[in-house]
Amino acid sequence: MSRNFEAVIGLEVHAQLKTKSKIFCADSTQFDAGDNENTSPVSVGMPGTLPALNERVVEQAIKAGLALNCHIRPVSIFARKNYFYPDLPKGYQISQYDKPICENGSVEFKLQGKAHQIRIERAHLEEDAGKSTHFGDYTLLNYNRAGIPLLEIVSGPDLRSPAEAAEYAKALRQILRYLDVCDGNLEEGSLRCDCNISVRLRGETKLGTKVEIKNINSFRFIEKSLEYEIERQIEAVERGEKIIQETRLWDPDKNKTFSMRTKEDAQDYRYFPDPDLLPVIVTKEALEKFKKEIPELPLARSRRFTEELGLSENDADAIVSEREIADYFESASRMCGNFKATANWIMTEVLRELNESKLSIIQSRITAENLGALIKLIDAGTISGKIAKTIFSEMWTSEDSPEKIIKTKGLVQISDSSAIEKLIDEVLAANTSQVAEFRSGKTKLFGFFVGAAMKASKGQANPDLVNEILQKKLKGGL
Amino acid sequence: MPDTKTSKLSTTEITHIAKLARLDLSANETTNYSLQLSKALDYFEQISQVETLGIVPLVTPTEIENILRKDEVYKELSSEEILKNAPHKTGHLFTVPPVV
Amino acid sequence: MDLIKASLAEISQAVRTKKISALEVTKFFLERSKKLNPTLNAFICFDETAELQATAIDQKIYQGENPGPLAGVPWGIKDMFCTKGLKTTAASKILENFIPPYDATVVSQLKKNGAVILGKLNQDEFAMGSSNENSYFGAVKNPWNLNCVPGGSSGGSAAALATRMVPASTGTDTGGSIRQPANFCGVVGIKPTYGRISRYGIIAYASSLDQAGPLTNSVTDAALALELMCGKDMKDATCSSQPVPEWSKNLNSSMKSVRVGVLKEYMQDGGLHADVQKTVEKSLSELKALGAEIIEVSVPLTKYAVPMYYLIAASEASSNLSRYDGVRYGHRSNFQSLANLELGEFYSKTRGEGFGEEVKRRIMLGTYCLSSGYYEAYYNKAGQVRRLLRDQFIAAFNQCDVILSPVTAAPAFQLQERISDPLQMYLNDIFTVSTNLAGLPGMSVPFGFSEKKLPIGIQLMAAHFQEQKMLNVGLALESISGMKGLVANV
Repeated sequence: MSRNFEAVIGLEVHAQLKTKSKIFCADSTQFDAGDNENTSPVSVGMPGTLPALNERVVEQAIKAGLALNCHIRPVSIFARKNYFYPDLPKGYQISQYDKPICENGSVEFKLQGKAHQIRIERAHLEEDAGKSTHFGDYTLLNYNRAGIPLLEIVSGPDLRSPAEAAEYAKALRQILRYLDVCDGNLEEGSLRCDCNISVRLRGETKLGTKVEIKNINSFRFIEKSLEYEIERQIEAVERGEKIIQETRLWDPDKNKTFSMRTKEDAQDYRYFPDPDLLPVIVTKEALEKFKKEIPELPLARSRRFTEELGLSENDADAIVSEREIADYFESASRMCGNFKATANWIMTEVLRELNESKLSIIQSRITAENLGALIKLIDAGTISGKIAKTIFSEMWTSEDSPEKIIKTKGLVQISDSSAIEKLIDEVLAANTSQVAEFRSGKTKLFGFFVGAAMKASKGQANPDLVNEILQKKLKGGL
Repeated sequence: MPDTKTSKLSTTEITHIAKLARLDLSANETTNYSLQLSKALDYFEQISQVETLGIVPLVTPTEIENILRKDEVYKELSSEEILKNAPHKTGHLFTVPPVV
Repeated sequence: MDLIKASLAEISQAVRTKKISALEVTKFFLERSKKLNPTLNAFICFDETAELQATAIDQKIYQGENPGPLAGVPWGIKDMFCTKGLKTTAASKILENFIPPYDATVVSQLKKNGAVILGKLNQDEFAMGSSNENSYFGAVKNPWNLNCVPGGSSGGSAAALATRMVPASTGTDTGGSIRQPANFCGVVGIKPTYGRISRYGIIAYASSLDQAGPLTNSVTDAALALELMCGKDMKDATCSSQPVPEWSKNLNSSMKSVRVGVLKEYMQDGGLHADVQKTVEKSLSELKALGAEIIEVSVPLTKYAVPMYYLIAASEASSNLSRYDGVRYGHRSNFQSLANLELGEFYSKTRGEGFGEEVKRRIMLGTYCLSSGYYEAYYNKAGQVRRLLRDQFIAAFNQCDVILSPVTAAPAFQLQERISDPLQMYLNDIFTVSTNLAGLPGMSVPFGFSEKKLPIGIQLMAAHFQEQKMLNVGLALESISGMKGLVANV
């Protein structure tokens, strides 16, 4: 951050909850449906239609709230936010207002090794609006998104840098994905972010005038738009200008934020409790039940992996980044008992193969059990690390177990010292001049003999034994 | 149009409210509403005499158990049927003036 | 059979036992309706498929199926109820050509029970009015005196019934819109407990007050019709899952040890028309003679019912009516081109010309009451007083089984008489709005005529979900009123 200013940032993250049907009606939430195919009289606001709340939406909001250390309101209320816009079918959005389902929580995350804790002011349920597309002289409306369930998670103004803001958003995404309440798919708009940003002189306790950057759908853009906006605001303040409270949008092509309509029309949303919906009651019993269903969250899991399993912090963080990867790691390492090796195999070989074939870890062609078995075979000395790589590739293509591949391809490591001795004798006999050179002091040639012996064994000789026997034979006489 | 400033709801205020409610009003309507609604509000204001400190407003007047809907998909109508009443459509989309 | 005198059960029984075909019944009422409608303007439109519906019922009967307890009974449906494939306008220009692709739950329930939908009945626009003069399709006339209003907002429903254009009709009641026109037209009208009948597919006026109900020629018909309209519907979160009793089978007109409450506030403030006063007094003395105990009860906050009602109803309406914007259905102003049109103008012109005067007045009132700076004093305050009012009613019903009162202070007034003074018109609702605010069931039973030969009814209210008590007293009143079976001659 430049000069003597600091930034004060708060994020409003709109997470699409992971349901089959919409929040208030039975329309599908499937992403790529045809124009207005996922609509019904309710979602396009036809006369006389009424909202009927989806129970899964409430369940997911509660789980998210618990994972974000929120207080869950025993009674929360849906209100109507009244305004006219063509993407809003009823002329009001149903949204929780002064009595949101989750309040007063916090999120922890690490940035460059440093822990941060950010307050969550509230998380409330609301319905999404439709989508407008501009087409020539008109605007066209598709209401497939109208009524998609959203959980709006509002942070405190606790973030101090664009990097922190992006990391906080990533941490939220990770938690929601761990809970399986949001797929976190940014391209499809399942996670959108509004950033509130103001600047002030360091040491100042009063907040500056905030600007809202709306509808950002990538972590990179969170960072870039905030960087731009901080600079813009600092420069303005330094020029003696006043910051205008406004809503801005991020233009990724021009790398700039721009003001989104400067109309001085102060909105008056005329919120009032929606008389079509009853208060949402969360009983103690329901809360207890949902608490039990909260999985171990990424931060705790990473801590356990470093403290109990001896992984490095970097490895642990990488492994827990996705719940499915961490699950895979736990199954594979349980099988072989070698945590570090499992982590290495996953982060190098497994992830590389997955990337190449564009698969997610749950679609991996090598099961966690088979990976564990492979590592176990290395540790038992049955195969060498080098052979293991060959077997791994074979496993990826055939989806067979390592045992089966070893058996059919005859790839078991030769650990019989008399067999290796015989093999080495042949190598030495075939390379008498090199043996002489070695013995006259050219010890660098040792690697040559190892290579030749391994080659003669088709790579199957136990490399430790080859070393040991070669040492003995070259130093001693023939 | 005469401004009925002395009324509870002046014509200026009526114009503001009409804008919020997206209602084009004629000059006549504006004046009439100003007078009529001011008179009605004067009468309605008597509720301020009731002591309501700490009382939670009542919305749904009867005790009704909140039974939530299961998360199930049901397709009721095709998009053609949804668009059938549209004053103006383009393909399977509703058409409105350009929105900036 | 005399279809004009027959009860719903008798018509259905005759149809099911093939004494008369559903088609004949439908033709009879359709013909009668079409003949009388130019005089009364009770129907907005007729259902072209009525005879086909009736034939389908007859076919079911021939195939040995039971089409249900309303087999072949023609119904008139207030135009607030969405009817699949049949124009539904709420008597507004803004929905002039709207054809819903779905049925209101009530309508599908009636159809499921064998009813034939004859057509859509006139009303005040969006059910806002007490005289039926606020209809885009013109006022309805009172069949007992064509110069008088039939009441509102369900004026078409009441007028059609009083002349037997239909044997039964549906209405909606937000502040008296079933009971008041029933009272003015001399028919039975019921608004059950809030939550009894699904609101799904009924065009919303004020969601926390709206309740549908039947208008019929007798208390027995009303009890039967009501039980077929009630019941849990998952499409309406505010619809109660309380079991629906068989009210029609349990009707009992014995008044022995029935406690009839009289609201001190309603009787003592005066302002009652002498004929109404006499009718109410007569009803009390007759009930007493039948063994009922008359008890004076007090609900002091009824004094504030009209302000509370209009503040709440208008606020909710201002939001409920926002969906009429010319985007997805309904009227859109005839713009030459959309290309350079500003969005605000698009909305304001469409809505400004689509809504009638009274509807706009209430949208204005409601928008104001919810707007920043006024919410606390109006909407919120009214909601608080509403809770206190409901609690006072609950306490009053600890002392009595029903509360008896006038429906309106006077019989039907003249057309045009009150249309120019909105506040005066609002005050018509003084006796009816409290039941909606408190969510109580209420009904209107004809009990006499004024000197000028206009019907006068009695209002009965009961505690939440205690419709049976109210129906029983209603039956007792009906049996001594001499009003049952009277048909207005037009």
